[in-house]
Amino acid sequence: MTRPEAIAIGCSTGGFNALRVLLGGLAPDLPQTVLVCSHTGGSVALLCELLARHCALPVIEALERWPARGGTVQVAPGGYHLLLESDRRFALSVDRQVCFSRPSIDVMFGSVAEVYLAGAIGVILTGASRDGADGLAQIRARGGIAVVQTPVSADAAAMPQAALDTAGADHCLPLDLIAPLLNRLCLP
Amino acid sequence: MIPTPPNDLELEQIELDLFVQALRRRHGHDFSQYAPASLTRRVRQLVHDHRCVSISALTARLLHEADFVTQVVQGLSVPVSEMFRDPAVFRALREQVLPMLASYPQINIWQAGCAHGQEAYSLAILLEEAGLYERSHIFATDFNPEALQRAREGIYPARDAQLWSRNYLEAGGSQSLANYYSARYDYLKLHERLARNITFTSHNLVSDEVFCEAHLVLCRNVLIYFSNPLQNRTLTLFRDSLVRGGYLCLGLRETLEFAPVAADFSVLDAGRRLYRRYARGVAEGAA
Repeated sequence: MTRPEAIAIGCSTGGFNALRVLLGGLAPDLPQTVLVCSHTGGSVALLCELLARHCALPVIEALERWPARGGTVQVAPGGYHLLLESDRRFALSVDRQVCFSRPSIDVMFGSVAEVYLAGAIGVILTGASRDGADGLAQIRARGGIAVVQTPVSADAAAMPQAALDTAGADHCLPLDLIAPLLNRLCLP
Repeated sequence: MIPTPPNDLELEQIELDLFVQALRRRHGHDFSQYAPASLTRRVRQLVHDHRCVSISALTARLLHEADFVTQVVQGLSVPVSEMFRDPAVFRALREQVLPMLASYPQINIWQAGCAHGQEAYSLAILLEEAGLYERSHIFATDFNPEALQRAREGIYPARDAQLWSRNYLEAGGSQSLANYYSARYDYLKLHERLARNITFTSHNLVSDEVFCEAHLVLCRNVLIYFSNPLQNRTLTLFRDSLVRGGYLCLGLRETLEFAPVAADFSVLDAGRRLYRRYARGVAEGAA
């Protein structure tokens, strides 16, 4: 089995609290690249600062042209789609919104699927749109692992439900069990 | 280690290379130095919008249908913008840059990648309100002829007005944005007098050279689509166009760390991506 190399997380409505719980539970020695696309709006710098208080890994904004880092949480900047080039460097785009969003989870997940292939894990958390459903399907289609928060445990059920309906999931769990699962899947 | 891409992606890469080559050889548009991730997305979107079965089918139309290239170029350029986008940047231009430009008898501004003209008109308003517009000229350039035509018209959907007005006020606007346009039906038209010192003209950052001596160059969210070498080439154009001590304004999330020519610029306001061409041997205060 391919060892996961990247964890891509998408969330929207209610996302801050969900991220706090999930990132808070990640092992401090997790070697994977962790990417976050959140529609929470406002300053991503502040979001990173707040999340870093709850997370043992560094939390930073993803920087254009710089390589995606292992053992680090990197958050998509507001107003831009976050993509990866094949050499796993970040690229940004101000192309049209997707699912009424920029950054869009579908766009980031689609790029992650093509770059990390079976080494990708996609995680869909709470949210009120259907963004991420197609992207998660792409991660699965390339052999990656799909994790979805149970809709009943989500602040907003629409997004995890859309992901389940479109992509299905390898794991569908309440929020507090997702980090332990990721640690199991990812630690050597 | 990065694994070998699976067959479908490898095949798509070949098709994409051939598409780019056809576009260059048949129509003279060179996208070979564009960063691949976004270019691929846009070409896929074209395939989808034109109901082609593959990129190769798109390439065939590009080669054989006379007018198809217009639509392709349209799909490959970035028309997304708004007036006073990132108001803090326009506030910084108003407060930090315009007072310095005021010392020049004639002010030239090059806005590269003007799309539908929203930023060029925003600049015109800034200059107007600073009392500098009469001696200013804005060269607003884009490689996309359709976008330039739209820019010259200055007509936009009225639904944008609310956001733009808010941006304008956040950018330190002293009046109401509504003073600069007339609204009819679902559209707003910017007053034609705003365009009196703007030249909307074709310029391709990939292949064209310096064409003016500029005191300020604005190029926001264009370089994000360029590979490192093309980013560096473009920044070199900007450097050579700028007077010593001239100002450069880039998009808020653009990274200069991989462009050697960045060493020729000093940082004026890192957060707002404002730079100056080094004025070697020239007193900074005189710039």
